[in-house]
Amino acid sequence: MIQSFDFSALSDYSDVVRHGVYITLLLITVGAALGLAVSILCVWARLFCPAWVRIAVTSYVEFVRNTPFLIQLFFIFFGLPQLGVSMSEMTAAIVAMAINLGAYGTEIVRAGVQATAKGQWEAATSLGMTRNQAFWRVVLMPALQKMWPTLSSQIVIVMMGSAVVSQIAVQDLTFAANFIQSRTFRAFEIYFVVTAIYIVLAALVRLALRLIGRWVLATGEVP
Amino acid sequence: MTDFTLQQIIYALVLGARWTVLLSLSAFILGGILGLVLMLGTISQRKWVKLPALGFIWLVQATPLLMQLFLIFFGPALFGKDVPAWMAACIALTLWSSAYLAEIWRGSVLAVQKGQTEAALSLAMLRGQALRYVVLPQAVRMALPPTAGFMVQIVKSTALASIVGFTELMKTGNILSNVTLDPFVVYGLVAIVYFCLCYPLSLVSRKMETVFDVTR
Amino acid sequence: MSLVKIEGLCKSFGGLEVLRDISLDVERGEVIALIGKSGSGKSTFLRCINGLEQMNSGTIHVDAEPVEADERKLQKLRLKVGMIFQQFNLFPHLTALDNTALALRVVKNMSAAEARAVGLARLEKVGLGHRADSRPHQLSGGQQQRVAIARALAMDPVVLLCDEVTSALDPELVEEVLQVIRRLAEEGMTVIMVTHEMSFARSVCSRVVFMHEGRLHEMGHPEEVFGNPKTPELRQFLGQTASAATAE
Ligand SMILES: Nc1ncnc2c1ncn2[C@@H]1O[C@H](COP(=O)(O)OP(=O)(O)O)[C@@H](O)[C@H]1O
Ligand SMILES: [Mg+2]
Repeated sequence: MIQSFDFSALSDYSDVVRHGVYITLLLITVGAALGLAVSILCVWARLFCPAWVRIAVTSYVEFVRNTPFLIQLFFIFFGLPQLGVSMSEMTAAIVAMAINLGAYGTEIVRAGVQATAKGQWEAATSLGMTRNQAFWRVVLMPALQKMWPTLSSQIVIVMMGSAVVSQIAVQDLTFAANFIQSRTFRAFEIYFVVTAIYIVLAALVRLALRLIGRWVLATGEVP
Repeated sequence: MTDFTLQQIIYALVLGARWTVLLSLSAFILGGILGLVLMLGTISQRKWVKLPALGFIWLVQATPLLMQLFLIFFGPALFGKDVPAWMAACIALTLWSSAYLAEIWRGSVLAVQKGQTEAALSLAMLRGQALRYVVLPQAVRMALPPTAGFMVQIVKSTALASIVGFTELMKTGNILSNVTLDPFVVYGLVAIVYFCLCYPLSLVSRKMETVFDVTR
Repeated sequence: MSLVKIEGLCKSFGGLEVLRDISLDVERGEVIALIGKSGSGKSTFLRCINGLEQMNSGTIHVDAEPVEADERKLQKLRLKVGMIFQQFNLFPHLTALDNTALALRVVKNMSAAEARAVGLARLEKVGLGHRADSRPHQLSGGQQQRVAIARALAMDPVVLLCDEVTSALDPELVEEVLQVIRRLAEEGMTVIMVTHEMSFARSVCSRVVFMHEGRLHEMGHPEEVFGNPKTPELRQFLGQTASAATAE
């Protein structure tokens, strides 16, 4: 039995799709911002904090990088309330994304900081800055600039991975797809269209990141 | 709360983890074979071979794995065909791995200096011979660390199979969490089992980076 | 018929004309020095002769074997043409001996023992028999280049193309490589070499060809070309290299 493709059913649900797009973009925007902050803090902690903090940061990075995002999400959303830490689906999703991106971002930013010439640190400290000041004022920005393309790719990867937040009932784009699928049973058309939307979103996010790189970080890269 | 002992939970998770391992291995092996073909396609001189291969790789990398899985799991129903969850997961992960592996290996092949191929051709080798005897042996060394690193990604990605109902490690965790009503412990343990599967691979990958110094 | 016969060779990269209507006959046993400014097309010229670059028009024959796009025909041609590169391009994953033996096994279908015997003989010829089991990174630049020469010689080519084979070497290593080429020349090997070693060209080569903007601008016996350059371009080029040499 071969049915013909029918995309018309989708048009009735354009609001659902639009909401899904909005949520997916909201998640990645907030998640990426928090994730970057986590990355920078972790790199800072690894440089300036006592050994036990450094060990904690390293364990965090390794643990997150070596477990699936899905389990991180479920642990946060279903597991943590047992410790009295409850949050909404949206918050859980954002926290999970930030934690996930934070771990990868830490490694990426750290590589950037390591690549920064020793002379930079020395020049800064010889101008009377503390090493801490040198980190924030001299070393960090070039490191971010240098690693921005890698960070951008990682952010897009996290966005692709965020499709699973639909599993804790966050109404993202994938949730919209599943919802429409369950109503219309036109699985192929829906997942096809939503996949295409993801491609467009990824391209948009990449473009936005590139512009941010140019304007905020002044990476001087040609778009 | 159903009275499950910790041992029973761990035992059930380890049983579920066998399927995770099996799924990972099949995705890696099948994906590796397909990835090798794809990689060879991308370095072909013929446009009609090269462009589709590059296009496939791009498409897979530009879309969420979960969407690919849904398309394969739910899509064929349109044609009146049912795909079992394990098969959908296996197909999706194979295709997905093949694209990433092809990209990794393509990078390694392209990183072998052009002069190597030219030297081989100048010695009257055919293109295929130059690839087989000169370029690939060098590319393999470069590709080993990122390939091992990608195996970690494969293991982690198998967790998505739980979403279409395949009872591997993650799904076992979901079931146990529901019956024990103790998601903190169950999901914590699930995470630890994944970590035990993945971390050694990460270490191997990192170790290889130092052992297989490209210049040697 | 000449050993190497080139007629009306033209080659451009996109809009850039790199070789313009080049014709050259090289007789068996000749040693040709190809000189000229950087970017004048010398490398491209050599690479056309063994088909590493595809020419746009013209014909090239080596020992009656034509250069054609077809891979099998190119293989037959390349069996007659050896090439030595500026950057050596040794296979880093193989020992010196395996570098020389690989193509013998793969292309000429020799047995392993046979190929090793031939390879070893060629390594001995360049004075490196004792380094047969060394990997390229364990050898000095001069030794690597000599292995590269042995590797090309192992295939028994009728003509050897050398593209600035001493340019990547430290000055003290240049002579050992030139020595090898000098000996080959004395034994009657046909060689076309791009070089900046003017004194070597003068003493060893039978003919010097000056390339300028993709043309064979002037050629002749070394005494003539160096002693009595006819065109202002060659005079300027020789003046520059002379002053560069004295500056060093
Ligand atoms: N693969 C290529 N693509 C485009 N331009 C090239 C390529 N190879 C060489 N050229 C150009 O051709 C000209 C001649 O180069 P080449 O033959 O290497 O000169 P030479 O060896 O005399 O220095 C140069 O202008 C160079 O930039
Ligand atoms: Mg050159």
